[in-house]
Amino acid sequence: MGEKKLMRGNEAIAEAAIRAGCRNYFAYPITPQAELLQWMANHMPEVENGTFLQAESEVGAISMVYGAASTGERTMTSSSSPGISLKQEGISYLAGSELPSVIVNIMRGGPGLGNIQPAQGDYFQSTKGGGHGDYQLIVLAPSTVPEAAELTFESFDLADKYRIPVMVLADGMIGQMMEPVELPSPIDPSNLPDKPWATTGTNGRDPNVIRSFALGAENLKSINLDLQEKYEKIRKREIRFEEIGVEDPDILLVAFGTVARIARTARRLGKKEGIDIGIFRPITLWPFPDERLAELSESLDTVLTVEMNAGQMVEDVRLSVKSRAQTPFYGEQGGVVPTPSEILEEVKHHV
Amino acid sequence: MEEYSTIVSGFGGQGVILTGKIIARSGMEEGLEVTWLPSYGPEMRGGTANCTAIISSKLIGSPVVNNPSSLIAFNEPSLDKFGASVREGGVIVLNSSLIEDHPEYGPTRVVPVSFNEIARQLENQKVINMVALGAWSHATEALSLEALQKGMKLTLEESGKGKFVEVNEKALEKGYAAAD
Repeated sequence: MGEKKLMRGNEAIAEAAIRAGCRNYFAYPITPQAELLQWMANHMPEVENGTFLQAESEVGAISMVYGAASTGERTMTSSSSPGISLKQEGISYLAGSELPSVIVNIMRGGPGLGNIQPAQGDYFQSTKGGGHGDYQLIVLAPSTVPEAAELTFESFDLADKYRIPVMVLADGMIGQMMEPVELPSPIDPSNLPDKPWATTGTNGRDPNVIRSFALGAENLKSINLDLQEKYEKIRKREIRFEEIGVEDPDILLVAFGTVARIARTARRLGKKEGIDIGIFRPITLWPFPDERLAELSESLDTVLTVEMNAGQMVEDVRLSVKSRAQTPFYGEQGGVVPTPSEILEEVKHHV
Repeated sequence: MEEYSTIVSGFGGQGVILTGKIIARSGMEEGLEVTWLPSYGPEMRGGTANCTAIISSKLIGSPVVNNPSSLIAFNEPSLDKFGASVREGGVIVLNSSLIEDHPEYGPTRVVPVSFNEIARQLENQKVINMVALGAWSHATEALSLEALQKGMKLTLEESGKGKFVEVNEKALEKGYAAAD
């Protein structure tokens, strides 16, 4: 770890990726993630074997990710909501071909062209298969700039470990805001474990084939079963969450990313008025921390989900909590960010 | 220190964004937790740019504030937009070069300083933001003049603008003195 630097979320994510050994970055510009691409344009060429390429489109960029990831090199793309929608076909292919890769989504208001304000409307798209077929991404949701750097750095290890595309899901607020960051020390990608499946040239060995195509039904079924087995392993091992004051609170708030940090301030305001608000923050949106949430809800009356969307993660919360507690929802949409006092007002309706 | 939040607002080009960054940077150098959040998108309508800087000795939750501890208003639209939102006991530092009259804001202290006149005396209109920041330091005591000079110096040097440190230091001092 080095000294603290004041960085934008977009910049911190880009630099963390380079330090994690990412050597291929392909993207097409879009607000509010433009500084990420800018940082890569400035700094990737300074790195040995670093490739920065502004693609002709988002579809081009994700296809370049497929190609570069096939060689086993650490590869990333980034965009914001409408751009991520364009990448969905490629993401399904990456999942089908089991290619380790990192996709960053700095979400903005939708649907459609929407606007450029912070939003969380892409939860469904990220966690429930935005593209076709039965697949999952590991989805990591940072709620601060330092955490955005940390999770991006780790996402490359997760991608390699499980041969899976990993999504870092943040929003315009995390992307645009500045906070002090202590960046991890850079790794040397040539020291990473070998990837015997990668297409690195057939000199002395049989060709490796990377594809997501299997004509026979039995054949494709067995590929799908293998994928599901892998997802089950990830569900068992990789769930992450943060808990604040969850021991016997008056109400438990479930929130991810930007909303979770606003909820921290709501918790502080609540304390002054004698209301004890606990916070449960899923860090992995997939796999979702369902068992722990179920366990917590045993002794609670109300589990309130707050999101910057019309109610998406709340479905996973309800599947976890079942009938153990009330599960109301409060959301802001269209790029509107809920304020701490608005969250506290909502809390008061339920305690 | 308790969480101290400042909204900096003005016309695009008045150095509003940099002012907020220097508050955050100076706070960080003092060992505090800091956040800096720019406005982007539709908020630009009407020609104002603004950002929010928060400094605190504790972990900062929301980087968005409804009721800031202080406001630096470079122009009238900024005062109109944020003046009434400043919390009780807070401080408004306003640019009296461009804002002739202002309403009373109850228990909020208003500190008028002529940013543009003072910058003119220094023969550099670009330093109006550091005049403002110097005045803010004196009026709020949230960060010392020395802390801001250090944060400004580091910020400018890192972006290759080291030759402007001296005039900006003077601007901070003049602004500080003017808020007496």
